Amino acid sequence: MPSQKVHQEAPAGRAGAGPSGSVRPTESVGVVKQRSVSFDGPDHVLRLESGGALSPITVAYETYGTLSPKRDNAVLVCHALSGDAHAAGYHGTDEGEKPGWWDILIGPGKPLDTDRYFVISSNFLGSCYGTTGPTSMNPDTSQSYGLDFPFFTITDMVEVQRWLLDHLGIDRLLAVLGGSMGGMQALQWAISYPDRVAGCLPIATTARMSAQGIAFNEVGRQAILSDSKFLAGKYPNDEPPSTGLALARMVGHITYLSEDSMNRKFGRRFVNGNGRSFSFSKDFQVESYLHYQGDKFVQRFDANTYLYISRAMDYFDLVTDHGSLENAFSNCRSSFLVISFTTDWLFPPSQSRDTVRALRRVGKDVSYCNVESDQGHDSFLLPGHRMGDLVAGFLKRLSEGEGS
Amino acid sequence: MSDSAPADSGVNWGLTRIRDRALDPFILASVRDGDRVLDLGCGGGDLLLRIKEKKNAIERGVEIEGSLAAEAISKGLSVIQGDIQENLLDLGDDSFDVVILNQVIPIVRELVGVLLESLRVGRKVVVTFPNFAYWRTRSHLYWHGCLPVTPSLPYQWYDTPNIRLVTIKDFRALCSDRDIVVLKEGYITLAGDRSARPVRGWPNFRASSAMFLLAAPS
Repeated sequence: MPSQKVHQEAPAGRAGAGPSGSVRPTESVGVVKQRSVSFDGPDHVLRLESGGALSPITVAYETYGTLSPKRDNAVLVCHALSGDAHAAGYHGTDEGEKPGWWDILIGPGKPLDTDRYFVISSNFLGSCYGTTGPTSMNPDTSQSYGLDFPFFTITDMVEVQRWLLDHLGIDRLLAVLGGSMGGMQALQWAISYPDRVAGCLPIATTARMSAQGIAFNEVGRQAILSDSKFLAGKYPNDEPPSTGLALARMVGHITYLSEDSMNRKFGRRFVNGNGRSFSFSKDFQVESYLHYQGDKFVQRFDANTYLYISRAMDYFDLVTDHGSLENAFSNCRSSFLVISFTTDWLFPPSQSRDTVRALRRVGKDVSYCNVESDQGHDSFLLPGHRMGDLVAGFLKRLSEGEGS
Repeated sequence: MSDSAPADSGVNWGLTRIRDRALDPFILASVRDGDRVLDLGCGGGDLLLRIKEKKNAIERGVEIEGSLAAEAISKGLSVIQGDIQENLLDLGDDSFDVVILNQVIPIVRELVGVLLESLRVGRKVVVTFPNFAYWRTRSHLYWHGCLPVTPSLPYQWYDTPNIRLVTIKDFRALCSDRDIVVLKEGYITLAGDRSARPVRGWPNFRASSAMFLLAAPS
């Protein structure tokens, strides 16, 4: 009997709109609560791909909508590198609060329609937003793991998500979806658990991290590792390697945008309309923006965690894992909707087409669209293109198919 | 064909909507209940949706224009945005009961290759095309001396997506050359109100569009 402690138990489903509901879009899921569950005991020792074992493991998650009596309307969304379990709605009632990271997609009447689907979002293994990761306490030392945390992979993340689904009593997902690193988890789900996934939506992602992607990750890691405050990962909480982590974020952020979107947002405009300062301070708006993004990131993210997660991304390679992409997908039983964006150069459309070609070759049901957007890799998080329609159509098809 | 990102062509496909739907009843009649159907050049998926709903078919589509592929997927259809020929090469022999080439003959580059590959992948192939030998087309050219613009060929010469034109006679000749089995032929003409009327005699003269049901050489 595994011991599963559920903290902060709150009623499942949509929270009431509350008095502040009127100022927020009516299609919002409203105020939501984050919950967590701890997995402990012999049944819940995670055997990691890197060879180690990890226990206990806590998972932070949120759910939106209601699980149907037949338990056949569950949709799992997977977040990207710096994301968290808070995918939709609001945690508080402050007017300035930003909604969850995929609020454009999740809510009543939205593509992941919470009047129809039960949406689950969890913080993945190794992250720093409530799920066990390098910032968690190591039970052996009573201090945070830091660099003693074992290396983990996308496959390990999926395994922990599977525990969560078991805990929630969900045998089969109507769909699993995610963008970027979330898309890697979606693909891994379809491979690890072919019978538990009806539909798989890898968005703005790849089946095999490219040299270019690894290169950018390595620059980010070196920025952190070479920060004098890094102290071999044993930096105090109140004095993290901020410069390195901010730099890592700045580099990352460049890869999330496109030439067009940068030009449109910043052009060559100077800060405050001033001209050249003939110094190395922030002359251009684009510089100021990157520094702002870096500084903001430092407030909310952990440097060790960044190292581990980016490594998990680098190691994602279904070709090496299975000999070929065709082999990787040959046992899948899901339908697929692969989506790329025309101006994404971090996970370019050609990489999505490689996935599509392999799926087609092994006779899988696959749909693909290269969605027109000028916003680069970040498109999957932003409105203004057809991704939502595609997701809605695909889910409708799945739920009709599931019924028959 | 190249694997580069297919950008939308800017062609106004709305012009062909009437023509492209005119033969739908004929195509539907070639599909049996529960068939596996592959629609190559499926556009926004109107035909595929009808086939799926009326024939309970397992539907697959290929469409190179991103906006149209998106439209089809949004309707809940299984559609890949991509090149027809590239998609065909990856599919196994007889993996579909019916392969549809609805009004794509004038626009595909490697026509014979696409046709033969379709016959390999599908047990039957439905082909439809506008008949350039239609009497109105002939008379337009004869009397006006300029290229015809008709409901079946709705583009001006300078903005047409068509890279070739064909007549019923030409197409029969190709089938005969390649030992392609013609199982059935059907012809229509678009009436003044743009509804499709079946044509019986003298199809190469009287039909504005034709449908051929084909099978591979036995």
